[in-house]
Amino acid sequence: MKLSDIAQVVRSKNAGPRRLTLDVMFATDADYQRVAQSPGLGAENVGRLYGVPASAVTVIPYPAGRAIKIVMARAIMAGDPGDVDVYGAQQHAPLLGVEI
Amino acid sequence: MSASGRVLAEVRRARRPLLLMGASGQLGYGIPTPGFNAGLARKPDMIGCDMGSIDIGPTYLGKGEMATSPEATRRDLRKVLTAARALDVPLIIGSAGSAGAGPHLDATLAMIREIARADGLRFRMASIRADIDRGALLRAARAGQVVSFDDMPDLTEDDIIQSSQIVGQMGTGVFRRALEADVDVVIAGRACDTGIFAALPMLLGFPTGLAMHMAKIIECGSLCCVPGGRDPILATLDDGGFILESTNPERAATPTSVAAHSLYEQSDPFTVHEPEGMLDLSAARYEAVDARRTRVSGATWRDTDQPTIKMEGARMIGERAVLMAGAADPRFIARSKEILPKLSDLVRDLVCEDQAQDYTLRWRVYGVDGVRMVVPPNEPTPGEVFIMGECIAPTRERAAEVVRTCKQYLLHFGYPGRLSTAGNLAFPFTPPEVSLGPAYRFSVYHLLKLDDADAIFPMTVEDV
Repeated sequence: MKLSDIAQVVRSKNAGPRRLTLDVMFATDADYQRVAQSPGLGAENVGRLYGVPASAVTVIPYPAGRAIKIVMARAIMAGDPGDVDVYGAQQHAPLLGVEI
Repeated sequence: MSASGRVLAEVRRARRPLLLMGASGQLGYGIPTPGFNAGLARKPDMIGCDMGSIDIGPTYLGKGEMATSPEATRRDLRKVLTAARALDVPLIIGSAGSAGAGPHLDATLAMIREIARADGLRFRMASIRADIDRGALLRAARAGQVVSFDDMPDLTEDDIIQSSQIVGQMGTGVFRRALEADVDVVIAGRACDTGIFAALPMLLGFPTGLAMHMAKIIECGSLCCVPGGRDPILATLDDGGFILESTNPERAATPTSVAAHSLYEQSDPFTVHEPEGMLDLSAARYEAVDARRTRVSGATWRDTDQPTIKMEGARMIGERAVLMAGAADPRFIARSKEILPKLSDLVRDLVCEDQAQDYTLRWRVYGVDGVRMVVPPNEPTPGEVFIMGECIAPTRERAAEVVRTCKQYLLHFGYPGRLSTAGNLAFPFTPPEVSLGPAYRFSVYHLLKLDDADAIFPMTVEDV
């Protein structure tokens, strides 16, 4: 099953101009648990998808919000020359096809 | 007595829960009237609005311009000002004019005075400047009181001197000082959004952790609800927690939706760093009151021994011009990654015949690599693409010269296997080149250590 088939929300945004944060939210505790225990959203796999070392990826399980938060550095600071996404709101796409 | 003095005296005399209204998380983009009026009918003790953010990028800060249109901004300001005066409750606005530097604050204050004059409103207004004094900042940097975070390079003296604007995010202490000055309206430059809503409850002795957590949620309006949206939100705060309720009956604040809001634009859902301390949400509890309301409790607060202010600054890096065009030739699209660098070299040789290259030129091919920070290999070639060339040069004229030259030579660029020899590009209109004005980058995103987090933000009180 792909992440986009099970998640209720998959979104990205800046957390300040130097960090990108990805939030994945679920409709039920069972869905949350299933993904939280899968290596799909582990630092290793997310780092591979975003071209950064696993050590640069922080994955934070957040059961109170039935959510998983992922934080990583932006290669280019928001608004700097060469940036493609000032708000960071369209960087979630690589997660959608992750196999759970 | 003015509104802040009246509310403080009333609640100090007869202790009761406070009702706060977060009217807008982005003042100047419109406040839905039905929700706003429904909130007013409940007679909140204060109306607060956030007006700015760093999300919008460095240019508004650097240029000293608002991101919102003047007309929409005036309409929103009139709406909240009229309502607050009618209820005689404090109106508190933070991060005035999108980025909260001097020009943004001054433009916001000018609009408010103009509305007051036109509508015959009279009130006492505190305004607080967020601009950081350059001399003081240079001294602080030399004394090691400026700290980098999020891997930002160290702040240089050159950036301190050359930045167009440098602001600090003021904390709740500054808002408390304003409310204690017996005013009706508080307009702050760049500010922590918590200050807008936490200051009044803190002055009245409500627990700081709860006040801060509530403030962090309601500064975004009804975004913490399902479905999330821009309608105003109400929070009822007592000594043990707060109850959230959207002013739009179609939006529900549920335990999960409110808890999930702690993730929004934060790198850590459990801790929030503020100038005066740290908000700890690890023990926060979210309980349904009914289908549309959630009670939140459990957040705790720890004061810091070392107050810090987060600073933001923007520096001009040149003039920006762009070229916009489309393409639908599969051979051209397939080869665009080799064509565009060659075209850049060709243009450089033409416009830099007798000088060194004095500009940067970047290409984004939408449909291929215009949006994503990382593009996976071996994707199929799209049927059509949008191409944007971006030049940043020392002058507006130079940037325009570069993109105009690009347009002509990319249109007629020859490459192996080319069939469409009349032109490589489709323009939806001409001219396809646009001068966008000065370009900026964030030059300052650092912490400033201070003995007193509030003293550097000067306040003025005036009778409007």
